[in-house]
Amino acid sequence: MIDITRNYDVLVVGGGNAALCAAISARKAGATVLIMEYAPREFRGGNSRHTRNLRCAHDGPTEFLKGSYPEEKFFNDLLNITDGNTHEKLARLMIRDSVDAPAWMYDHGVRFQHIQGTLGLAHSNPFFIGGGRALLNAFYNVARRLGVKVLYNSEVLELEIEDGTFRSAVVRSRGFTHKVQAKSVVIASGGFQADIDWLKEAWGEVAENFIIRGTPYNRGRMLKDLIARGAEIVGDPRQCHAVAIDARSPRFDAGIVTRLDCLPFSIVVNKDAERFYDEGEDFWPKRYAIWGRLVADQPDQVAFSIIDSRSIDLFMPSLFRPFRADSIRELGRLLALDPLRLERTVRDFNEAVRPGNFNKDELDDCATVSLEPPKTHWARPLDKPPFYAYPLRPGITFTYLAVKVDECARVVMQDSSPAENIFAAGEIMAGNILGQGYMAGMGMTIGTVFGRIAGKEAAGYVCR
Amino acid sequence: MSVAERPVVQEARRIMEVCNACRYCEGFCAVFPAMEMRRSFTTGDLEYLANLCHNCTACFHACQYAPPHEFDINNSRVMARLRAGTYEKYAWPGSFARLFRRNGTVISVATAMATALLLMLALTVQGKDIVLSLHQGGGSFYSVVPYRLMLGVPLVMVILATVVTVVGLVRFARGTGWNVKQLLDPELMWLAARNVLTLRYLGGSGDGCNYEDDTYSHKRRWYHQILFYGFGLCVLSTTAAAVYEHFLHWQAPYPITSFPVVTGTLGGVGILLGSAGLFWLKVKRDPRPQAESLLGMDVAFSGLLFLTSLSGLLLLSLRETRAMGVLLVLHLGFVAGFFITLPYGKFVHAVYRFAALVRFADEKRRNHPGNGIF
Ligand SMILES: Cc1cc2nc3c(=O)[nH]c(=O)nc-3n(C[C@H](O)[C@H](O)[C@H](O)COP(=O)(O)OP(=O)(O)OC[C@H]3O[C@@H](n4cnc5c(N)ncnc54)[C@H](O)[C@@H]3O)c2cc1C
Ligand code: SF4
Ligand code: SF4
Repeated sequence: MIDITRNYDVLVVGGGNAALCAAISARKAGATVLIMEYAPREFRGGNSRHTRNLRCAHDGPTEFLKGSYPEEKFFNDLLNITDGNTHEKLARLMIRDSVDAPAWMYDHGVRFQHIQGTLGLAHSNPFFIGGGRALLNAFYNVARRLGVKVLYNSEVLELEIEDGTFRSAVVRSRGFTHKVQAKSVVIASGGFQADIDWLKEAWGEVAENFIIRGTPYNRGRMLKDLIARGAEIVGDPRQCHAVAIDARSPRFDAGIVTRLDCLPFSIVVNKDAERFYDEGEDFWPKRYAIWGRLVADQPDQVAFSIIDSRSIDLFMPSLFRPFRADSIRELGRLLALDPLRLERTVRDFNEAVRPGNFNKDELDDCATVSLEPPKTHWARPLDKPPFYAYPLRPGITFTYLAVKVDECARVVMQDSSPAENIFAAGEIMAGNILGQGYMAGMGMTIGTVFGRIAGKEAAGYVCR
Repeated sequence: MSVAERPVVQEARRIMEVCNACRYCEGFCAVFPAMEMRRSFTTGDLEYLANLCHNCTACFHACQYAPPHEFDINNSRVMARLRAGTYEKYAWPGSFARLFRRNGTVISVATAMATALLLMLALTVQGKDIVLSLHQGGGSFYSVVPYRLMLGVPLVMVILATVVTVVGLVRFARGTGWNVKQLLDPELMWLAARNVLTLRYLGGSGDGCNYEDDTYSHKRRWYHQILFYGFGLCVLSTTAAAVYEHFLHWQAPYPITSFPVVTGTLGGVGILLGSAGLFWLKVKRDPRPQAESLLGMDVAFSGLLFLTSLSGLLLLSLRETRAMGVLLVLHLGFVAGFFITLPYGKFVHAVYRFAALVRFADEKRRNHPGNGIF
């Protein structure tokens, strides 16, 4: 039995990667630790369950990474994708600390795959064998051996904060409400993407058509509570990682398998059967994160990626089989689009394609001429039946609205003073680094780096 | 395809399609790389994949879609169920396939009958006095069971078992849509054999496999290898004894320090430890990623190996006493039971798995020419 009337040194809110990194680090620094995880044991670990890699700087090849990924390059990539919308000091701290993250993870039971290179991430992102759930199993096992206590089915509802100092938390655990005291708290409870009402406040009614790719438990309760208690906020509630995924996905928790990699080889039309963006602008890993927004801006937040049999084997398979028809007109009918309009859109596109040397691994010269919007690479006429279509909707990975933190991962209050015993890590503070945009592996790197810092600092606060 | 098999095949196909869209488990074993070479899965493909699976259960514990998630992905279990189905489907002669059902009972009954028969024969033909009296020195075993019988019967049984197994193997290779000739490619055989000898895929991601829970352990690999090499030593010992006997005309029992006795003892102890260990793991294991229908087969097989080895070791230590006659008959009864049921029990896993590994080596080579290592 876990005694929650006891005054723990460190209370950790959440049970994902950031939470576990914090809990293990705090325990190793000598503190007693209690984890409160909203989800039941089978669904523990939040969005981290769905991950498969993280991004790390390194100077030379390792067993799991090719070549090198210098800190400066990492930083420049970050500047690029966020358009400068990052906190330089925190970003550089994260990048520096990412260097020894894989070794630390390995020491705590995480195993990595030997280099694959399929995703073009072989220089920067080591992949976990078995994905995020295997990583979490390893961390939970280490935590248990170290004596960290874990309570599942336990949602933290409120924090009691006096003069910038955390005193206790109100928790609903297995149906009962308790007050739990602790000397310090690490909040690693994720973003607010699973709270559709909150998304609607930011996006309007269109959010009703958003699919949440990860855990249904990240409802932003802690974020809201911290805002109410005077924590300083960074970021914009509309900023998030949003990709175009298969519209047939369940509303929550479908994870990676409903993503679609066919877009660059297709044309994408909205429900009026019109194209609306250059599908071949750049390599897919560099573009997938803009398509969630693009689809969100279309009527009814829906779109269709259309390909012919020439391209059907060029991308990773996904969960749902595509719609299939022998003519574009018939495909239009299957998708409940205006068949004649779809036919015209495809005809216009086919006529605008200029011949080139198709190469899916290069920015090739297959492009359209005088077509609006253009398709600048991998454009080939859609004329080889059968034709296929995947329906698309915006899939929200996680939100960026964040509590501001300092270099010790302390939550900064509105008067700019850091709260002395309140720390935050992971999605809930990711917006400090990601003002906008995304690069693969950032979510786990932010959680691992700031989780470790938060755990160590929280224990340091208690034990000093 | 038998009617009972269909839902399993469908479920395996559904799961493989989800896994192929996910691929997070690709570092665990050969199943996932083999899956990635395909976009759709015929029944034969699935049966082949099922026989590449070692039921290490790592992919169950690592799966973000494992039940109670609505996708309900339990790959370890469906692979085990499908694998059991292939043993039945490709068994030869076909009418014997039923022996794979209630396999525990089949094996116990067959062994009991073989033992009882032998005992009765020995008692009626040789007489109670001979069976129960003291025998010593060279040829003492043969005063209980005549030499011809002791050599001839096992020889016939081994030949029969081999024929039946090889036919099953060919049926499996063909039925799963593969070119049987590839089975004989020496390079591929060597690559596959290397994986078997080290039991590489039970190594998982380097820390062993899951068994009781989501922690990794090398226990299963170790017990299996002790059993495997113990069995090998026993085969060696028996072969050596037969050579001594037949060609050197040197009659058993042999001295304690002789080659057959030393290898036989070591092998016997290995089998005892290995089969007991595997049984113990079975008791403790997490039932969720398992096919419970396989339990009887597994337990009967390791149980029979255990008893064969135990009776052999007892025979060795008590061969100078009056108990020898009965122990010898018992031991031979277990050995007979083992060989009679060999092609219709757990043993076939070794054969099908080996064939699947050869095919995997073949596919790897085709997909990455010039790269024989995997
Ligand atoms: C499909 C998918 C794939 C992804 N792939 C990658 C990838 O490969 N690499 C990468 O870097 N990132 C990836 N991400 C992003 C990544 O998952 C997150 O950025 C990262 O896991 C965040 O970790 P975290 O610990 O902050 O949050 P989470 O792992 O989401 O953990 C939050 C935890 O808090 C709990 N919680 C929430 N509210 C409360 C409360 N009030 N009380 C108690 N507990 C609460 C939740 O139950 C959960 O356990 C992916 C995301 C998705 C959805
Ligand atoms: S078992 Fe689960 S985690 Fe592993 S590849 Fe299949 S779907 Fe993915
Ligand atoms: S149970 Fe083990 S051997 Fe079988 S498919 Fe899963 S990971 Fe591979």
